[in-house]
Amino acid sequence: MFYRENGQFKSSYRADQQILAIRQDRIAMALLLAVAFIVVPLTAPEYLFRAILTPFLILSLAALGLNILVGYCGQISLGTGAFMAVGAYAAYNFQVRIEGMPLIASLLLGGLCSTVVGVIFGIPSLRIKGLYLAVATLAAQFFVDWAALRLKFVTNGSDSGSVSVAGLNVFGIPIESPAAKYLFCLSFVALFALLAKNLVRSSIGREWMAMRDMDVAAAVIGIRPIHAKLTAFAVSAFIVGVAGALWGFIHLGAWEPAAFNIDRSFQLLFMVIIGGLGSIMGAFLGAAFIVLLPIALERLPQLLGIPLSTATSSHLTSMVFGALIVFFLIVEPHGLARLWATAKEKLRLWPFPH
Amino acid sequence: MGFFFETLIGGLMAGMLYSLIALGFVLIYKASGVFNFAQGAMVLFAALAMARFAEWIPQWTGLESKLMANVLAFLLAMVVMVLVAYAIEKLALSRLVNQEGITLLMATLGITYFLDGLGQTLFGNDIYKIDVGMPKDPVIVAESLFPGGILLSKEDLYAALIAAALVILLALFFQKTATGRALRAVADDHQAAQSIGIPLSTIWIIVWSVAGFVALVAGIIWGSKLGVQFSLSLVALKALPVVILGGLTSVPGAIIGGLLIGVGEKLSEIYIGPMLGGGIEIWFAYVLALLFLLVRPQGLFGEKIIDRV
Repeated sequence: MFYRENGQFKSSYRADQQILAIRQDRIAMALLLAVAFIVVPLTAPEYLFRAILTPFLILSLAALGLNILVGYCGQISLGTGAFMAVGAYAAYNFQVRIEGMPLIASLLLGGLCSTVVGVIFGIPSLRIKGLYLAVATLAAQFFVDWAALRLKFVTNGSDSGSVSVAGLNVFGIPIESPAAKYLFCLSFVALFALLAKNLVRSSIGREWMAMRDMDVAAAVIGIRPIHAKLTAFAVSAFIVGVAGALWGFIHLGAWEPAAFNIDRSFQLLFMVIIGGLGSIMGAFLGAAFIVLLPIALERLPQLLGIPLSTATSSHLTSMVFGALIVFFLIVEPHGLARLWATAKEKLRLWPFPH
Repeated sequence: MGFFFETLIGGLMAGMLYSLIALGFVLIYKASGVFNFAQGAMVLFAALAMARFAEWIPQWTGLESKLMANVLAFLLAMVVMVLVAYAIEKLALSRLVNQEGITLLMATLGITYFLDGLGQTLFGNDIYKIDVGMPKDPVIVAESLFPGGILLSKEDLYAALIAAALVILLALFFQKTATGRALRAVADDHQAAQSIGIPLSTIWIIVWSVAGFVALVAGIIWGSKLGVQFSLSLVALKALPVVILGGLTSVPGAIIGGLLIGVGEKLSEIYIGPMLGGGIEIWFAYVLALLFLLVRPQGLFGEKIIDRV
C-alpha cells in the first residue's frame, strides 16, 4: 500500500540508473543510516556493541569481500580466513614498526598486502576451477596459518603468533569506547558497501558475472579471463584484508593465528551462501544471521528453562548451521537476499494482487 | 640410515590412513560426481559410534566377552553408517540432482557440520579409546643391516594388513559382484546406466554406505592408535591434496597418493623443516598438490576430465 513507485517518473538516465530507484527505498535507507549512525550509538548498551554489533559489521565486510569472489565471479574460496589474517598481521606490522603511522593508513595498507597474496593464490584459478580451486585456496589457508605461527618477522618477533595493539586513535580521537569502535567500523562498512555496490554495477562487475555464468562465452565476447578473475581476487582480498585488520585491531585488540583459522573461512562461506550469492545485501543478512543464531540458540533453552551445557549448545549450533546450509542450497540457492527481494515484489502489489 | 627408514615407515603408516580416507572420497566421486567434503566427518562419526557402542554394549547386555562386544559394536556402527548414507541420499543429494559440482561441494560442507554436531551430541565429546586388541609392543627388524635396526610398532603392521585387506575386498566387490558392476556402470555413465535399468538412488545409497564402511575402518585404525576425538575430522582435510595428487577418479591413485603425501610430509618435516622454522607438515601436502595442479591437473592416475579454463 505504501510501497509503490506510481507517479515517480524518471526523466534522465541518471535517475534511471541510481542505486535506489524508488523513493520509499531512499527514505528507508536514510532512516536506516540515521538509526545506525545516531540512534544506536546513543542508546545501545555496551554488551550489544561488543558481542553483536561490532562483530556483525566486520564480518559483513568480510562476507562482502568474499561475495565478490564467490557470488559475483564464481570462484570458490576456502581461504578467506587466510586473507583476513594477512590483512591483520600486515596492518599490525605497519602500525608497530613505523612510528606515528595513522591507523586508517595501516588498515588500508594491510588490505593492500592481502590483495597481493590474494592475487598470488588466485593465479591457479586461471587454469583450474571448482573444487580444484577450493584445494588451492585451502593451501593459502594452511600456509598463512603456519606463517603467522612460525615466521618471526610476520609477528614482529612474538612467540606463537599472538600480538596486540593498544592506544588506537584516528585524527587524535581515541577509538577506545565500544561506541567509538562501532562507529569506526560502521563508517568503513558503509563506505565499502557503497564502493562494492558501484563496482558490481560497473563494467568490471559485469565482466565478473559473465565469467561466473559461462567463462567460454565471456571470453568469446572479448572479456579477458585473466583480467576478470584476478581483479575479482584482488578486490575481494582487499576488502577481506581490511575486514581482517579491523577484526584484529578493533574487535579483538589482541589476537593469535587461531582467530583466522579454517573455521573462520567456512563461517564466512556460510554467511555468503545463507545470505545470498551475488548480492551485497546478502552479505549483511548472512552475517546478521550467523552472528545472531549461536546467541539465540544459547539463550533460547535458558528462556524455556531447559538446561543445556555449552558443549551441547555449540554442537546444536553446528547441526543447525549444517542443516540450514543444505536447506538453503536445496530450497533457495539465492539465500535470504532473494527472500527479501521476493517480499518486496509482493509488497508492491499488496493488498490488491492481480 | 636406520633413522631415515624409520621416518620413511612412519610416513607410510600416516600415508596409509590418508589413503583410506581418500579412498572414501574417490568411491563417492566416481559413482556420483559429488566431491564429498563430509568424508572426514563420517570417519569421526563412525569412530565415535564404534567407541561408544563398544563401551555401552557390555553395560546394556552384561556381555563379558570383549571380542563379542567389539564385533557387535562394529555391526551396530555399520548399521548407523548405512542409515547416515540413506539419510544423506534421501534428504540432501536426491534433491540436488543436476546441480553444479560446487553446489554439491557446499552441500557436503553443510553435511560435515551437521554430522560433527550430531555425532558429538549423541556420543559425547570426550576423547574415547577404541580397543580392538591390537598389540602395542614394538619390534625391531633388520638388525643385521643397520646398527640398532629399525623400530616398528606391531600395531602399525596390523593396521597396514587391515588396510590392504580392505582394498582387496573392495576390489573384489567392484570387479566380481553384480552390485559392483552396477556401481562401475554408474561411474562410467549415469544416463547409460539408468537406461539399462540400474536404479541410481539405490546405487548412491550403496556407494555412500561403502564409503561409510571405509570410514569406519579408517576410524577404528586411527582411533585405536590415537584415540577418537574431534581432530579426527580435520585429518580428512589432508585427504584433499591426496586425491588431487592421485587423481580424483582413481582408486590406486588414492592409495599411492596417500603414501606419497604421508612419506613426503614426514621426510620434509625432518629434512627441510628445520630450515623454515619447523611445523611445515600442515601445509606441505597442500602446496605439493597446488604445484601438481599447475603441472598435471588430472593427477597421477586420474582421467583427463578436468575442464581447463
